[in-house]
Amino acid sequence: MASEPQATESASGLPQLDFSTFGNQIFWLLVALVVIYFILSRVALPRIAAVLAERQGTITNDLAAAEDLKVKAVEAEEAYKKALADARTEAQKIVAETKAAIKADLDKANEKADQEIKARTAEGEKALAEIRDGALEAVRDVAKDVTAELVSAMGGKADGRSVSAAVTARMKG
Amino acid sequence: MEGDIVQMGAYIGAGLACMGMGGAAVGVGNVAGNFLAGALRNPSAAGGQTATLFIGIAFAEALGIFSFLVALLLMFAV
Amino acid sequence: MATEAQGAGDGGLVFHPMDQFMVKPLFGAGEVGFFTLTNVTLWMALTVAAIFALLVLGTAGRATIPSRTQSIAELAYDFVRKMVEDVAGKDGLVFFPYIMTLFLFILFANVLGLLPMAFTTTSHIAVTAVLAMMVFLTVTIVGFVRHGAGFLSLFWVSSAPLPLRPVLALIEVISYFVRPVSHSIRLAGNMMAGHAVVKVFAAFAPMIIISTGIGLLVTPLSILAIATIYALELLVAFIQAYVFTILTCVYLKDALHPHH
Repeated sequence: MASEPQATESASGLPQLDFSTFGNQIFWLLVALVVIYFILSRVALPRIAAVLAERQGTITNDLAAAEDLKVKAVEAEEAYKKALADARTEAQKIVAETKAAIKADLDKANEKADQEIKARTAEGEKALAEIRDGALEAVRDVAKDVTAELVSAMGGKADGRSVSAAVTARMKG
Repeated sequence: MEGDIVQMGAYIGAGLACMGMGGAAVGVGNVAGNFLAGALRNPSAAGGQTATLFIGIAFAEALGIFSFLVALLLMFAV
Repeated sequence: MATEAQGAGDGGLVFHPMDQFMVKPLFGAGEVGFFTLTNVTLWMALTVAAIFALLVLGTAGRATIPSRTQSIAELAYDFVRKMVEDVAGKDGLVFFPYIMTLFLFILFANVLGLLPMAFTTTSHIAVTAVLAMMVFLTVTIVGFVRHGAGFLSLFWVSSAPLPLRPVLALIEVISYFVRPVSHSIRLAGNMMAGHAVVKVFAAFAPMIIISTGIGLLVTPLSILAIATIYALELLVAFIQAYVFTILTCVYLKDALHPHH
């Protein structure tokens, strides 16, 4: 094959080894590379680097802002909890005060009622004692009268003083 | 006649050169298989070694490509 | 396959898997001179245009919340920047625009080359050899400028036993000079091989026109094969750009930190 002259380009030889085209390829390759290099180093790469840096900055800022907001949220929660706790203690205080007031009223009323009951009891006892005394007197009178009658009926002479002394002694015994 | 014999030899040589493909296949398979075996044992280290994997595959494959090149040269350039 | 094609007669299958790589003038026929506008020019211009569209027009909004195009541009930026930083180190970031240029050029040339009827500029050894030589020269020059003669310590493996060191030094020197060769042939070869394989399968596809019997089997199979290889080629297009770039970073790391 090599012995054949290159009459038809397609028939023989590897196109890659056709040295007559090397200069052309290398020239255009270098042109292309230089153009790409300048496109990249002058425009594309700085731009992409700037975009990436900016995005990184934005992300960092956003993260910081999120952190701030989080701290604020925690603070708000704490404040809320504190308010809740305050309100609860306040409520308990009010409840305790009310309870104490009611208890005081109740105690007062109880005491008053107790005193009244005592006074009534004392009155009742006094009345009872009077009645009892009255009854004893009556019984003595009746016993004296009956004794005097009995003594006179038996023919004795009823001495008022001795009769009453005897009755009194008898009743005591 | 003499040219025909030369051409025959070139074709036979080209066919023989294709056996190099088998060698490249063994080499690439060896690299990839060993990488996989290692990666399954220690998956955390596998990620950092993919570049090495590709370099190894490229080296192994390049030699197969050389045999292909020899075949082409015999077919078209000799 | 050749006999099959011949057996089918003159109007049979045509195999020209390498024709797609031919450099042709855009206007008229004739010699391909140094400054001739060729299909190389066209597809490199398209590559540049695509990069411009993605990285300049796509980011024109400079939006904090990126549009879809802008996020792709940012993804590419981050991807390469991280690669340079991880592999070559912080002081490698000086070369970031340069490496980004290489990566984007190779990636877009590979992917645009996958379009039907397209010409793949990176499948040519002339192109990839220039790219690899640029990397090689950059690495060598940077190494000597940064470290002077100390850059030669790259070849003197101080961790090896003393008797082994001269041998290792020889091997290291050879491997250092083979780098641009493998670097360029890997990319060109991968591109060329994939496209040639697609073309070969494409040549089998019209079999059904020639012979219905064989064609019923061969044509769907070859179309399926084209689709599969095409998907693989998309992956390869990206991986080769990635590999070229990361190897550049690895070589650059050698230049910046030669003591290993």
